[in-house]
Amino acid sequence: MDDPITQSPTNDPPALEAVGICKRFDTVVANQDVNLRIGKGQIHALLGENGAGKSTLVNILFGLYRADEGEVRVNGRPVRMNSPHDAIDHHIGMVHQHFQLVPVLTVAENIVLGHEPTRGRGLLDLDRAATEVSELGKRFGLEVDPRATVEDLPVGMQQRVEILRALYRKADILILDEPTAVLTPQETDHLLEVLRGLAAEGVAIVFITHKLREVLAVADRVTVMRGGRVVGTTTPAETDQAGLAEMMVGRSVVLRVAKTEARPEAGVLEIRDLHVRDVRDRPAVDGLSLVVRSGEIFGIAGVDGNGQRELVEAMTGLRMSDSGSILLDGSDITGRTPRQISQLGVAHIPEDREKHGLIGPHSIADNLVLNRYFRAPYARRGLRQLDAIDNEAERLVADYDIRTESIGATARSLSGGNKQKVITARELSHGARLLVASQPTRGIDVGSIEFVHQQIVGQRDIGVAVLLISAELDEILSLSDRIGVIFKGRLVAIADAGDLDRATIGRLMGAGADAA
Amino acid sequence: MSTLTRYRWWFVTAAFLVAFTLFTAEFQQPQTTAVLAATLRQSTPLVLGALCGILCERSGVINIGIEGQMLMSAFAGFVVASSTGDLLLGVAAGIGCGMLMGAFLAFLSVSLRGDQIIAGTVLNIAAIGLTSFFFQQGRSLPSGKTSIIKIGPLADLPVVGRVLFSNRPLTYLTMLLVPVLWYTLFRTTWGLRTRAVGEHPSAAETVGVSVVRIRYLNLILGGGLAGMGGAYLSLEAVGSFERMMTNGKGFVALAVMIFGRWNPVGAWGAALLFGYANAVQTQFQFRGWLADDPQFIGMMPFIVTIVVVAGFVGRARPPASIGQPYSRE
Ligand SMILES: Nc1ncnc2c1ncn2[C@@H]1O[C@H](COP(=O)(O)OP(=O)(O)O)[C@@H](O)[C@H]1O
Ligand SMILES: [Mg+2]
Repeated sequence: MDDPITQSPTNDPPALEAVGICKRFDTVVANQDVNLRIGKGQIHALLGENGAGKSTLVNILFGLYRADEGEVRVNGRPVRMNSPHDAIDHHIGMVHQHFQLVPVLTVAENIVLGHEPTRGRGLLDLDRAATEVSELGKRFGLEVDPRATVEDLPVGMQQRVEILRALYRKADILILDEPTAVLTPQETDHLLEVLRGLAAEGVAIVFITHKLREVLAVADRVTVMRGGRVVGTTTPAETDQAGLAEMMVGRSVVLRVAKTEARPEAGVLEIRDLHVRDVRDRPAVDGLSLVVRSGEIFGIAGVDGNGQRELVEAMTGLRMSDSGSILLDGSDITGRTPRQISQLGVAHIPEDREKHGLIGPHSIADNLVLNRYFRAPYARRGLRQLDAIDNEAERLVADYDIRTESIGATARSLSGGNKQKVITARELSHGARLLVASQPTRGIDVGSIEFVHQQIVGQRDIGVAVLLISAELDEILSLSDRIGVIFKGRLVAIADAGDLDRATIGRLMGAGADAA
Repeated sequence: MSTLTRYRWWFVTAAFLVAFTLFTAEFQQPQTTAVLAATLRQSTPLVLGALCGILCERSGVINIGIEGQMLMSAFAGFVVASSTGDLLLGVAAGIGCGMLMGAFLAFLSVSLRGDQIIAGTVLNIAAIGLTSFFFQQGRSLPSGKTSIIKIGPLADLPVVGRVLFSNRPLTYLTMLLVPVLWYTLFRTTWGLRTRAVGEHPSAAETVGVSVVRIRYLNLILGGGLAGMGGAYLSLEAVGSFERMMTNGKGFVALAVMIFGRWNPVGAWGAALLFGYANAVQTQFQFRGWLADDPQFIGMMPFIVTIVVVAGFVGRARPPASIGQPYSRE
């Protein structure tokens, strides 16, 4: 493919360039001979599945990881990148996939950390910091209260803080690692606009995403990575969604989930006026009611942090509710223990699979029977029946296509997609009544996403009631039969999937019922 | 939350103690003065130990080796002072010894990324072993312990004069260190970086703050404070070295740090409370009050502890990253 940078008439060297980067983690080859060149004032999208090596590459560019081989060049000159300090010195800024903010500090403190304005001799000048942050926010359309504590801010605001932090350091190369994963469609649009503005001022931008639509909307150039290698570089004009998807996955992919018309029957789950508090004792679920029927998928759309987590925890017995009731097949399960609820036929795919879905250091076999290890045939008279456990594990590993060398391997050695398959297998293999799936495909590869989606639809088709909670609007839209939009702990709208369009849901997600 | 509600337990406790003290001072002025002076004396090593703990934990490293740092420094300070006859040199030796041990702790827990609890235990065991092995009976300080410095006319005030303004040098220095450390922790770049490293080391690292450097610095400075606490014990409080003379103060200092919520001023208040409970107990025993129930008197500091802990339980939030070794990849 032609390279417009080398052909550009000004003949400027690229602002940022990676040459022959290789990086291994133990046995995993995360980057293999990766080349990337980012031009001044360009938005360069870096596209790839989860695990393709995008974060690894930009962490090397930012000095967080050290490359095994290869070279980083800034404005054509090779530079040493031994720490983020070096990157900052070369005016490289980064917005991290997992925000790198100190939750208990204020916005201003987070932004100036490491480059603090002082009144001489190390005395902090927090007033000046606050003023500077306000001015910067106004200038770039990223207003945020400099004196607010970061942990009190919604994720969209926290992201602004991350961007401002880079701009505060006068970054003219800005790397954003999956910045839109946590945003509403409206917030995403705003961010893309901000990025265009920055590019117009000459900032070189590396924009990582796995959302094809965004790439086509905003990028000047696209580099696609797969399995640690660069597959190719192209421009939005030369390709389309299907073309990019194929480059990304290496085969043509079905972008839509195949599913038939739902045939819902009696209500299985009924929630009445539920109130739940969060860890910090503030109301999180605030008078929520819904019914999910057998044989339908009820999708809850919403920005993270609007009570989804607390709702799921209350339903699965992990958190006490203040008031209201949760009925399963007509009987009240409010206040039951997680085990009782699970035994009643509630399958749970938790949001944080590392923390709540698996016991990382334990074997895959143990994890596969985690919800029934205590009863026959897996245990008799308090003694574990290892043969029965192993047989069941072997069966599930085969049925659910879990890619592992042995059922005795630790669960944490699996890739994200295979971890999710272990959880899915455990929860769905023994006759659930209700499936609560929370962010079931967050951070897993396309193959595993397809698999998990098929499982969810399959469960629906055999009469399971499915409650799907996801921050990915596309996932909600393609799977759900009915959709509820959650905002500040309430469902601000419930409708059949066909009756709500993207834009309306996006508005409801961002501002509740007043918006629509 | 307003300051008033957030710290209501402190205010209630402090108000009660002040009222109680005023009440007793009405009838028993000499005793009250003695109790208050003893409070300050008892609290000094606890404050220094707790300040050490705060510096370490605010940067994300648990230091349960404070006991060992104090013991070893008490010994080092005493040996140097008794052989040179120079108390100042002794104090410096104590501080230096604490700093060395802090550096060693940093090496084990930051550079080698060892378990912080084990690293601290190593310090404690090493201190007990070394001080017992090299301890010689019969050494003494040629010039006696540090002498009382009266602060001009202030020292002549009733009660307050004796309690606050006629003390020995390390006691004054400790009282001075509390606001100084509070200020540095919350108003300087070093303090901001320390807190950031303790809460979220990778965030600090991504903005170019070196986690390793901050942790080394804090552990060494903290070690110096614990060392000063040790020097206080042998050179200012007792005037000689005794086997195991720290007697658990390094561990109580950790409790003080937690009650004080990793805040120097809070820790000072907590240490005063502990010191006060101890002083009252001593006073009771000295007077033979409640002599039929010596166990009851001995229990008093612990009752205070329990009441205070009950008041704070669940609300103290430690720096988020403590205990975890940091590595960039
Ligand atoms: N710190 C790490 N330790 C071990 N393996 C890692 C680490 N970071 C990434 N990997 C592995 O490297 C591969 C690429 O990961 P990553 O760069 O995060 O992908 P992406 O950002 O494209 O989703 C994955 O297989 C991942 O498991
Ligand atoms: Mg990534």
